[in-house]
Amino acid sequence: MDITKLTVHEMQEKLKSKELTITDITKAYIENIKKYENDVQAFITPLTDEALSQAQNIQEKIEKKEIEGSLAGIPIGIKDNICTKGVKTTCASKMLENFVSPYNATVMEKINAENMINLGKLNMDEFAMGASTEYSYFQKTKNPWNLNTVPGGSSGGSAAAVAANMVPWALGSDTGGSIRQPASFCGVVGLKPTYGLVSRYGLVAFASSLDQIGPITKDVKDAAILLNVITGHDEKDTTSVNRKKVDYTNALTNNVKGLKIGIPKEYFGEGINSQVKEKLNEAMQTYKNLGATVEEFSLNIADYALATYYIIACAEASSNLGRFDGIRYGYRTKNFSSLKELYTNSRSEGFGAEVKRRIILGTYVLSSGYYDAYYKKAQQVRTLVKKEFDKAFEKYDLLLTPTSPTVAFEIGTKSNNPLEMYLADICTVSVNIAGLPAISVPCGVDSQNMPIGMQLIGNKFAEETILNAAYTYEQQVKFRENYEPSITK
Amino acid sequence: MSREDYETVIGLEVHAELSTKTKIFCSCPTEFGAQPNTHTCPVCMAMPGALPVLNEKVVEYAVKAGLATNCEIERESKNDRKNYFYPDLPKSYQISQFDKPLCIHGKVDIESNGEAKEIGITRIHIEEDAGKLNHNEFGSGSLVDLNRAGVPLIEIVSEPDMRSSLEAESYLRKIKSILEYIEVSDCKMQEGSLRADVNVSVRKKGAKEFGTRTEMKNMNSFRSIVRAIDYEAQRQIEVLEDGGKIEQETLRWDDVSGRTFSMRDKEDAQDYRYFPEPDLVAIRLSEEYIANIQKNLPELPESRKKRYLEEYKLTEKEARMLTASKYMSNIFEQALKICGNAKAVANWLLSDVSRILNEKELEPDQIPFTAEHLAKMIMLIEKGTISSAIGKKVLEELFENPQDPQTIIEEKGWIQISDEGAIKELVMKILENNPQSIIDFKAGKDRALGFLVGQAMKETKGKANPKMLNEMFLEELNK
Amino acid sequence: MKVSREEILHIAKLANLNLKEEEIDTYLIHLQDILNFANIVSNAPVENLDETIGVNDNFNVFRKDEVKVFEDNNALLENAPEKERNMFKIPKVIQ
Repeated sequence: MDITKLTVHEMQEKLKSKELTITDITKAYIENIKKYENDVQAFITPLTDEALSQAQNIQEKIEKKEIEGSLAGIPIGIKDNICTKGVKTTCASKMLENFVSPYNATVMEKINAENMINLGKLNMDEFAMGASTEYSYFQKTKNPWNLNTVPGGSSGGSAAAVAANMVPWALGSDTGGSIRQPASFCGVVGLKPTYGLVSRYGLVAFASSLDQIGPITKDVKDAAILLNVITGHDEKDTTSVNRKKVDYTNALTNNVKGLKIGIPKEYFGEGINSQVKEKLNEAMQTYKNLGATVEEFSLNIADYALATYYIIACAEASSNLGRFDGIRYGYRTKNFSSLKELYTNSRSEGFGAEVKRRIILGTYVLSSGYYDAYYKKAQQVRTLVKKEFDKAFEKYDLLLTPTSPTVAFEIGTKSNNPLEMYLADICTVSVNIAGLPAISVPCGVDSQNMPIGMQLIGNKFAEETILNAAYTYEQQVKFRENYEPSITK
Repeated sequence: MSREDYETVIGLEVHAELSTKTKIFCSCPTEFGAQPNTHTCPVCMAMPGALPVLNEKVVEYAVKAGLATNCEIERESKNDRKNYFYPDLPKSYQISQFDKPLCIHGKVDIESNGEAKEIGITRIHIEEDAGKLNHNEFGSGSLVDLNRAGVPLIEIVSEPDMRSSLEAESYLRKIKSILEYIEVSDCKMQEGSLRADVNVSVRKKGAKEFGTRTEMKNMNSFRSIVRAIDYEAQRQIEVLEDGGKIEQETLRWDDVSGRTFSMRDKEDAQDYRYFPEPDLVAIRLSEEYIANIQKNLPELPESRKKRYLEEYKLTEKEARMLTASKYMSNIFEQALKICGNAKAVANWLLSDVSRILNEKELEPDQIPFTAEHLAKMIMLIEKGTISSAIGKKVLEELFENPQDPQTIIEEKGWIQISDEGAIKELVMKILENNPQSIIDFKAGKDRALGFLVGQAMKETKGKANPKMLNEMFLEELNK
Repeated sequence: MKVSREEILHIAKLANLNLKEEEIDTYLIHLQDILNFANIVSNAPVENLDETIGVNDNFNVFRKDEVKVFEDNNALLENAPEKERNMFKIPKVIQ
């Protein structure tokens, strides 16, 4: 049995029946990290040295019945923009190369409360700005399905580590598609929760009104399990909502009879790869066969949404990244004789080109004379986007689109053309603009054996609907049983 | 043209630190004077990933201040980010309020040349204070202490309704007094918990348009504000008279040289890039919430003044001066409760206490002795244990070394001589030494009596009972 | 809207970033490209629409005025590039 090919819920069963121990699991993953990390380069800070003793410790405590809980000892990987006390949190930036957070993000408190084992901090685009993980200061993560292609981004390290079985699951963050698109590129499941469902406290902010933390997992049930762990009201985040906790695994009924699925036709226009379209059409047929109704309609906001996204995200980022000034933490230039030089040289040397580009764009759209034309207008468009989605959800239970217009592209092909890179987010950003939940599930591979992802968008707090729809579909296509990344074959 | 042809136009932005227990966006204490960077946490130190949560008391205090200054309270309000880099501002943005402040359109009455004048309040909004930069005496750099970063402030913005430095002072005193009364700020100017940005412009009398204004930031004494306004108005008039133009800029007032200086180079024109704070949610105030604060608003200076006029029969001027400061007025009420003599307490506070405060450049909240000390001193005078002349000395002593007045007079040997034999002896001695005064008195010069009493007081260093002296001199002279 | 060289330098200054001579032109092209694209928003039918403030409908989320001392005060200064007497050291600033 290859432990690392199991999902978490499968491991849970084997732990229960004593077929497996926690140390077995941790050892197996450490072994895989040794085997694949050289090629994939998903980790910024691996924590494998401490993981084994931690596992033994937890194993003992479980035996002595000092702790219980079905997730105790289960390993996890954490995107490196989530603050972990005592462990480096770099945001894949030179700026935070040596930064050790003095506190834990709320999601880390929840992970730790379950006695899960953090196997390491995972690579990403610098400050989560990018769609390929090529903008990491440290290394370029490779897609385990084809090492010449990108894993997507910005949570590329998280998606690649899950796909290469180096962690059973991981946390990512999604500002404009940063969980869903890499999940799609790497053939795994990625869920971006409704804005406010998961606390952002301790997530290093890129764009505060768009950022959400979410799970990247091998299958939908694992996504539901990890979502159970990380959701909940947090008084440290005023945008987190106060709702009754639900068990998302209860929603997985394997039944979509009568479910009304809307297909926004604008998401299937030109620019969408034909093989992607083909797989999505097959998926629609699968849903029809399962008793759902599938209907095409018009949601004419995609272009507006993308422009709006870049204006709002960059505006907020330009302000959020002001705190990196070389005074309290982070990179400080060697080259300064005045405060002004300390500021400009630390920031200019500490940030990468893409981050600077977005800070400049964000500063521009907020600056006097342009605020009304860009930022204010974008916030109005945001209202429009929300209204359009509201209308759609009057008719449909969920919307089905591609997660990305293409499969994973080759390393180096887009990193020098920012606008083209931005267009890769066309299918995902409107979800963040409207604060909705969406999940990406694998729906097949193209002729080159590269995975294709399907995005299911739900109404606010309708995680249960999209999880069940994704789960039911997954039971039919059995993607994990039929396809595998080249690296783990 | 001369100074008289111009009119000065002044507007004030008053910043008051609110006296909440914790900071505006985190649970760190606000106490003044802690060791550097010990009242800090990931939020007020702007650690990556930390988020603000608004303190409910800050909203309540700002609404209180709004209601006490006759503002309209906005039912819907929000926070905004004001972006600029400075080492005392760790996030590189200040969370403030831009276009939707909590309170708008208020007014307060001030006294100007003996007449009442209304000063408009444009708005009151909430924001966070910055940290402090300390200059390194030994080394080369500056040091950043973030204990004050995130202490809540309200900013009260006036209309440009003031026309002289005295009106500006009167307005600021009124604001300070109101904030003290409603107990939302301790208004300690010396600790910087109340400070003002002063906007000054001049224009020809009768002109409709305002002149270009300059701003002096972070002024924290009444005296500097008055001096700075007078200096700046004069400077602007001189510039205009010389055919020059006033530049809109921020100036620094230097108390030592008594001049203003230009602060930043012009090319660094600020662009704060305000936008709605995405980490915080909207503030919506219900009618009920506002009505409840209104109902529980403490007594304000105006109504306290009315009460003094009616209950204690004080004069308009006395009542106004006493109630101008909550501290003064509280001392008055407490002392009155102990000694029961309103007129005497008012007199002492408004004459001698105020004179000493003035000489020492202190504010009423810095009075070192208690109301009980003052009341006991007044009672010692009433009982005849000391004279009012000695009372003045006791008061000076209370400012230096506050303790029970009984102890002071015993230690200093200031107890009044009221022994009939001793007084008689003294009277006889003075009469013997001043035969001319006896002649003068008999010739109808009443002043001679005063002279004789004065001599007796001088002889006893003020300790003789003046009433007894008077009676006994009269008795002897009329023999 | 056409972005000028002066403008991008002014914006960089506001953001406390230094652009190298050779970077200016690239940034200018990229910014212009992205802004041209962003101009799509100006054609959106948004008459009479409010601006979105806050993504969800939360309001009045407050904290009680109760002191909680952060448990690991020392850790807050551990990342400081330069410190002295428990304060962050910077070049001399005249206020």
